[in-house]
Amino acid sequence: MDLQANPRGSICARAVRKTYPGREKPSLAGVDLLVDAGRVCALLGANGAGKTTLVRILTTLTGQDSGTVSVNGWDVVRDPARVRASIGVVGQYAALDEVLTARENLELFARLIGLSRAAARSRAAELLEQSGLGEYAGQRVSGFSGGMRRRLDLVTSMITRPAVLLIDEPTTGLDPVARRTIWAAVRSLADHGSTVLLTTQYLEEADELADDVVILREGTVVATGTPSDLKALVGEPRMELREPTLEDVYLHLHTGSTAA
Amino acid sequence: MTTTAIQHTGSVLREAVILTGRSTRHWRARPVTFSVQLLFPVLIMLLMGGLLGGAIAGTTGDYIVFVVPGVLAFTVLSGIETTITAVTGDAAKTVTDRFRTLPISRGSVLLGRVFADMLTAAVELAVVSAAGLLLGWRPEGGIAAIALTYALLLWLRFGLLWAGVWIGLKAGTPEAATTTQLAIWPVAFLSTVFVDPRTMPSWLGAAAEWNPLSATASAARELLSGGELPGVTAVSDHAVLFALGWPLALTLVFVPLAIRAYRRLS
Repeated sequence: MDLQANPRGSICARAVRKTYPGREKPSLAGVDLLVDAGRVCALLGANGAGKTTLVRILTTLTGQDSGTVSVNGWDVVRDPARVRASIGVVGQYAALDEVLTARENLELFARLIGLSRAAARSRAAELLEQSGLGEYAGQRVSGFSGGMRRRLDLVTSMITRPAVLLIDEPTTGLDPVARRTIWAAVRSLADHGSTVLLTTQYLEEADELADDVVILREGTVVATGTPSDLKALVGEPRMELREPTLEDVYLHLHTGSTAA
Repeated sequence: MTTTAIQHTGSVLREAVILTGRSTRHWRARPVTFSVQLLFPVLIMLLMGGLLGGAIAGTTGDYIVFVVPGVLAFTVLSGIETTITAVTGDAAKTVTDRFRTLPISRGSVLLGRVFADMLTAAVELAVVSAAGLLLGWRPEGGIAAIALTYALLLWLRFGLLWAGVWIGLKAGTPEAATTTQLAIWPVAFLSTVFVDPRTMPSWLGAAAEWNPLSATASAARELLSGGELPGVTAVSDHAVLFALGWPLALTLVFVPLAIRAYRRLS
């Protein structure tokens, strides 16, 4: 991994350590990470592995104790404003104003980043269409299902047309259909050239979306590589016959497709 | 001021105005809550006038004339309960993370809240004034004195709002915010808002006059009655000066504290 490289659109973390006040055990114990521009990287790990802490540092929400971090070529400590201008963030929970409607949310955030009223309205309409939420544009977010909130949250993070998208456990708690809708949206972003770092607990999600995988355990990187590199670590490919799973049945009934 | 600084100030104001619009949309979504907030000081005025007015001032009518300027000052104080609740609620929601990861000034989020609550204060003061007029209160100081009175009331609200924003950010949970709101009542009663300090024990009257709320209440009483009103300390002799000074001190102390607390949100 060439940790000196730091071009636009990339994410680079070197020897990052973070211990929260009042805790003895570090959340991050010297993490190195490089995501090349235009790649989708999945950060895998169990609860408490340090995934969310790393994302919060990359998004300037939390400072690291030591180490250096840059996003899109900007240092998160020295140039946090430039980092924020170049990223889109999707947290574990939809970061929306529940009292406002879907359209009002999008227009609010579009206006805040500097778009005129007319441009904000137009961008909001475009993103509502893209998310498939057009017919719910005038409804308050408080009435949305979990899947609808996550879809709206995802397109809200795309208002700035960010070079780098940081997504923290995008599909936790969603049903298989909603999960696949989110996957399609992430894949579409990557196809349009965005760099994506997503954290997940789901191996299947990482397999589906990621060009590269980084596995964190107790605040330390324990493996990195492409999905096929990592699978090769386990052993020779095996062919096995298996019965359809409940997820296959569920997806078949809802979308006509199967997981396998 | 350099061109960059002017542009920065302009963008902070623009962002704050956009965020003010967010808060005013919340009013529209919660009309009952907003109405209760507007009518609460009127209810206090009616209760104080009806239950205690005769005992304090001889007649309810005389007491209403005395207490309306005080209730205007009380309105300015009680409104920050809403600020504390809203700020605590927002800080606990993920939407705050969205604001904090946008390329906008950290101060504009807080300033937007303050602008929205200043608008609320203007409406609250108009409602209390209208209720006072209906009950027989008549301001006598002339247009300039009336304008100065309302400017002083809003100036105090501005200073108190920053204290409210700071308390809301530090409270952490809605339960803790509710506890801090209880402090508003002793502050209101240990003042000249509802009672003439000359009727209190001298040490208590002096303590009441040094309350920032009292300076604005006394200034409003003087300006709206068109004459000087005696008190028990030098504060009452210079009520307008203190009504200008206290909010300035509150602003100078709590603006940096509030911005620092917002930056340190976990």
